[in-house]
Amino acid sequence: MSTDLIQEARRQAEICNACRYCEGFCSVFPSLQSRRAFADGDITQLANLCHNCRGCYYACQYTAPHEFDLNLPRALAEVRRESWERFAWPAPLARMFHTHGDRIALAAVAGFAVLFMAIRALGSAGGEGFYSALSHAAMVAIFLPAFLFPLLSLAIGVGRYWREVAGSLPHPRDFVAALGMAGRMKDLAAGHGDGCNFEDEDRFSHARRHAHHAVMYGFLLCFASTVSGTVMHYFLDMPAPYPIWSAPKLLGVPGGVLLTIGCIWMIVLKRRADPDLADVAAQGGELAFIALLGFVALSGLAVYALGNTAIMPSLLALHLGSVLAFFLLTPFTKMAHGVYRFAALVRDAQSKRTERPGSAKGA
Amino acid sequence: MNTHDIAVIGGGNAALCAAITAAEAGAKVVILETAPKPYRGGNSRHTRNFRCMHSRAVGPLVEAYDEDEYFDDLMKVTGGKTDAHLARLAIRNSEECLHWMQDHGVRFQPSLSGTLSLARTNAFFMGGGKALVNAYYRTAERLGVDIVYEANVTHLDLEIDRIAGIDYTHGGQAHRISPKAVIVASGGFQADTDWLARAWGPAAENFLIRGTAHNRGVVLADLLDQGLQSVGDPTQCHAVAIDGRAPKYDGGIVTRLDCVPFSIVVNKNAERFYDEGEDVWPKRYAIWGRLVAAQPDQIAYAIIDSKSLELFMPSVFPPLKADTVGQLAAMMGLPADRLCKTVDAFNAACGDTSGFRSAELDGVGTTGLTPPKTNWARPLTDPPFYGYSLRTGVTFTYLGLKVDESARCRTDAGPVRNLWAAGEVMAGSILGQGYLAGFGMTIGTVFGRIAGREAAAYVN
Repeated sequence: MSTDLIQEARRQAEICNACRYCEGFCSVFPSLQSRRAFADGDITQLANLCHNCRGCYYACQYTAPHEFDLNLPRALAEVRRESWERFAWPAPLARMFHTHGDRIALAAVAGFAVLFMAIRALGSAGGEGFYSALSHAAMVAIFLPAFLFPLLSLAIGVGRYWREVAGSLPHPRDFVAALGMAGRMKDLAAGHGDGCNFEDEDRFSHARRHAHHAVMYGFLLCFASTVSGTVMHYFLDMPAPYPIWSAPKLLGVPGGVLLTIGCIWMIVLKRRADPDLADVAAQGGELAFIALLGFVALSGLAVYALGNTAIMPSLLALHLGSVLAFFLLTPFTKMAHGVYRFAALVRDAQSKRTERPGSAKGA
Repeated sequence: MNTHDIAVIGGGNAALCAAITAAEAGAKVVILETAPKPYRGGNSRHTRNFRCMHSRAVGPLVEAYDEDEYFDDLMKVTGGKTDAHLARLAIRNSEECLHWMQDHGVRFQPSLSGTLSLARTNAFFMGGGKALVNAYYRTAERLGVDIVYEANVTHLDLEIDRIAGIDYTHGGQAHRISPKAVIVASGGFQADTDWLARAWGPAAENFLIRGTAHNRGVVLADLLDQGLQSVGDPTQCHAVAIDGRAPKYDGGIVTRLDCVPFSIVVNKNAERFYDEGEDVWPKRYAIWGRLVAAQPDQIAYAIIDSKSLELFMPSVFPPLKADTVGQLAAMMGLPADRLCKTVDAFNAACGDTSGFRSAELDGVGTTGLTPPKTNWARPLTDPPFYGYSLRTGVTFTYLGLKVDESARCRTDAGPVRNLWAAGEVMAGSILGQGYLAGFGMTIGTVFGRIAGREAAAYVN
């Protein structure tokens, strides 16, 4: 654990706790104000609750050049990324990728290479559609482990998180509350519902929230598309290719479009935002990750659109290669934030339900 | 720069309300803000709410708060030192301010935790005063108001009954502009230690300034020198007891220390000097500013034991902590033997503490002690012991420009035709002494809007 980063965030949180002007912005401040002293686990929890909306930074009377030099969004972003690196299993992999966009790009290239070689070496075994390039059995052989490994890794990571933030067995209501927060990205809307301060200093806007919605719901639609395809293949005896009026396509095409647009929008916004209010060291890693995710979506659409042409096998290799890289990197890149953020929201709902309200207030 | 109809001097709440109102009325406005952009907004950037009359629950405000109750609250804190006509004007107009503020980008939040007593009377800005200031600057820019930061106005050229020109420096260059109308909203003079020292003597050197370092009263002094009528006690400032480790300027809200009622407070000679438990802290923090100012070196030390540590809002700096009173004295630079004697005498004077109630006047007092502690008197016996230093923190000064109900300034010869004032620079008209939480922002908003409207009507 980086004591320096935790200590700096603690210093800032103590100043915030004496001020409290930002109470209404997001989940961080009520949680922060519910205690007088901050254990390391408290700081980790606050860091993972923070969505980097920056409302508190622009509202703060103590930002530089003031000698208190508050920059809570950045302090928490640094603690947050460091916590993801620490919780990840195996941790050295997380340290390799969060702060290294170039390595994420290399991983994608390696994914392309693996798929090109697989197509060349394993081939179709007489399948139809995409399976004419790479057989279904070969795809399963590659992607089943590539899908299960990240799930296992994330489960270990979130378990470590849960122990550090001293969570107990959550109640179903805590999940419902967390789903409500995450589903609407309420912490990016701010307490007044005007959105966050991101791409244009202190101007409030919903751009980032909506871009995130596009990414999140686009991703979930694509994921649902894959699940529906799996169900149709194994349980309904309906192997691919699927027609346009089928669940995989009806979910996957809009999902892919949403995800592509969302990723491009998010990259545009991130490049406009002030990097000093975030984790500067991880900026390249974040942008590369979003680019990879966007490429997964765009290449998926391309494979579908150009599935009957001669370049389909090459497109398929690029698409599946990027999917492979994306899956394997999930626990070690920004993608992991989804589970940690969600765990933090569950933990926050749990605290609100179980802790005495106002237990650390003043006289 | 000579194309503007109206120049607004200052960049806080009152200045922005004036500039926005005038710009919406069609005037071409420039704001001359002396602070650099990160420090724009004067003391407004440290505020958190404004006091608002209302006849029923509205926005973040619960129940009702009518004009007479509001006025009575003002009379209590000012001891009657107020211009009743202007005060009622501010109060009456505060109700519609809430909507106007929302329409111009300000957002509100429910009363902050620990301030429930204000939920009925004060509307809290989401994110505090700097968020309000940011919203107003955005609105002003959208309306075409020009904003010049680090513009130091040095002189307003008064020609009989009108301001003929403004001299200011910016970027090392001297400038002169001649707008048709001028609105002064440049705050008090509390950041000018020399001026404070003329009223307070050398003790003022040890005062901390809770707000902006840029309220130096340059324009106020210039106008008073030219015969503008003044109001307010020139020797007085609003001062409270704050954490002695606070920065010289801009410490703001976090430097407050709410521990006094549960402490014993001693001076640098380790002697108590006032009843720490006289009343609840919100009614005593301003008195303690003066009490500390009267002590040698203008410093005092509050000491509690572990029983009381969690009875008040967390402090921005952690307290000094020691296992014995003697060790704490050494850490605080106090004579240890005398502090031990003072604590022993206090402890011996404490009686039955079973009635202790931190949130109300509990009558748990000392007997036979001078000065007594009349509430919350529990012996300091449970280590560890904690210590805070206290200094005098100046909020604002009372001396200001006299205005009429149209916010216009005047000389002994009559009104100055094209000069208006709003905010702290004229608040002494209404707040002759004391302070009512959130009323400064009300005065700034109401009179800022009046000044903007009147100045725009004059130039159009």
